[in-house]
Amino acid sequence: MTDQKTPLRARQGAGPDAAGRLSAPGQLQAGDVQTALEHAGAESLADLARRHGLSPAALRPPIIGYLWQLWQRRHFILAFATARNIAMYTEAKLGQLWQVLTPLLNAGVYFLVFGKLLDINRGIPNYLGFVVTGVFVFNFTQRSFIETSSVMKVNIDLVRALQFPRAALPLGYVVIELQQMLLSMVVLVPILLATGEPLTWHWLLAIPALLLQTIFNVGAGLAVARLGAQLDDFSQLLPFLTRTWLYVSGVIFSIASLSSNASSKVITLLELNPAALYITLTRNALMASQRESFPGSKPYNNALCTTWQTLGHMKGEPSRYQYDSAYCHFAGANPAHFWYFAIGWAVVALVIGFVFFWQAETRYGRG
Amino acid sequence: MADPMVVVDDLHVVYKVYGRGNDRGTAAASLLRILGRKRRASIREVHALRGLSFVVNRGDAVGVIGRNGSGKSTLLRAVAGVLPPEQGNVYTTGHAALLGVNAALLEDLTGERNVILGCLAMGMSKQETKAKYQSVVDFSGVGNFIDLAMKTYSSGMGSRLRFAIAAAKTHEVLLIDEALATGDAEFRVKSHNRIQELRAAAGTVFLVAHNLEEVELTCNRVIWLERGQIVEQGEDVISIVDRYIAASGGQPVKRHPVTRMRIKDEVGTGAAS
Repeated sequence: MTDQKTPLRARQGAGPDAAGRLSAPGQLQAGDVQTALEHAGAESLADLARRHGLSPAALRPPIIGYLWQLWQRRHFILAFATARNIAMYTEAKLGQLWQVLTPLLNAGVYFLVFGKLLDINRGIPNYLGFVVTGVFVFNFTQRSFIETSSVMKVNIDLVRALQFPRAALPLGYVVIELQQMLLSMVVLVPILLATGEPLTWHWLLAIPALLLQTIFNVGAGLAVARLGAQLDDFSQLLPFLTRTWLYVSGVIFSIASLSSNASSKVITLLELNPAALYITLTRNALMASQRESFPGSKPYNNALCTTWQTLGHMKGEPSRYQYDSAYCHFAGANPAHFWYFAIGWAVVALVIGFVFFWQAETRYGRG
Repeated sequence: MADPMVVVDDLHVVYKVYGRGNDRGTAAASLLRILGRKRRASIREVHALRGLSFVVNRGDAVGVIGRNGSGKSTLLRAVAGVLPPEQGNVYTTGHAALLGVNAALLEDLTGERNVILGCLAMGMSKQETKAKYQSVVDFSGVGNFIDLAMKTYSSGMGSRLRFAIAAAKTHEVLLIDEALATGDAEFRVKSHNRIQELRAAAGTVFLVAHNLEEVELTCNRVIWLERGQIVEQGEDVISIVDRYIAASGGQPVKRHPVTRMRIKDEVGTGAAS
């Protein structure tokens, strides 16, 4: 077995070998050296290693063992996330204040554009709250995707220096984004209260919604991290993918209001895409205006539904007409099933993403 | 009886390298390439290691010597398990810790945070990290700079801190990649002593160094690489080093006829032992 000429044996002389591979410069020619083995016996090196209980250095641990390793590094993941979060703003004069200023300025831009410049209501009560909530929730998923797509390239030195379960890095990045998201929530609460949303027990539902979204982001982030590590083109393509996703996820418009010009199948698909789901669930948790105006939330009433379709979309009409959308049929998927789909996406993304990332565990150091 | 800790069996490592000089890399050229279903010319494979085989036993300190680009760092990465072999295999006990000059942790962060992160990444618990923290900082000797971002460190200070972090844990296999090259005389003595301690603690040490005297002093075995293959390996470190110097066209080292230690002309160069 050891005597076999290997297909990788380099050709004599300088320049690339038969496989088109280069090797380092030097006088030594391939095949000049006979490596004398000290243990020179009948036993192969692989058997020798096995007999002494050695295992391959680049061995991928079994998936359960890998999960256990990750659990052991939980403090590393948290410390890594916190440290990066701090490092992100060390150069800025305002320092950590940017963590709150960034979402605040974001909200300000949307207030200016959608609240003042484009004074349209699109049949949605509390449109400003609707947009800001949507943008913050979508941003969490979008930023998780974009950041994790480059995590392996950015931290290649760390990967090559220390042996640790590589999934710790994308996980750490999603934790960073979660921390940012929680700060955005701190900004969001006063905005919603100021725009007239009451503080109710429904707000507690935002916690499971955020939890499910985080699980989804972790799973998808792991998959994206592997794609980004192995395909350079992927990180170029990603901004376009996430922008398209933004436009089909009902961040700045209500998917339900598309009923007049899209089939119910298309609306169902749009509504059940993970980003739209987590946005809708968070909106319904935090915004009474959304719960009360969600199509299908009240018994069908043709007259009132028509009122919404006409007067509700008209500028200058009282905003109470915008709530009449509740009397229409739901346009796509049954809102009662949203939570099941949200759980489904989170579980599916986590399982697939984790296994997909784990499969390439030993190859991330290669760059 | 010898107790193998690292077994390298016909190891081949191939790197993919992007961006060869003569690829024009224009958009039109890329499009033609994709339409013609041609392989990208700018991706070249470098056959960095070409069939290495050796066995290293418990308590060995192995010096890896050879010119730049001969595959020394690649060998260490493969033993550490961060570079997958293209063919053949590397067998070790548990995980090997790699410590190199480029092994940057997070340059934007303070030395303090890097120490904590490094210890946690190596799998230490929070308590262990806290307990080890002061000794790591003391060993590194960076002093008050520990509160500053690592990018403000001189290269010597940075590598001292990195060595201190990696040496905080007793690794079964410690791979040192020219990390000591930039240290000052005092630190070299300290790190030399620490390497001896790690060896004594039933570990194995690989040392890549261009400072051949460091190899002579520290290692009981040496592997001489060229073009990704082993030229010579063995326990007679001094003879192999002398042949390597001769092959590189260097001046032969003056040695004491009995002890074979180097005889110094000038005072104050090199590490004390």
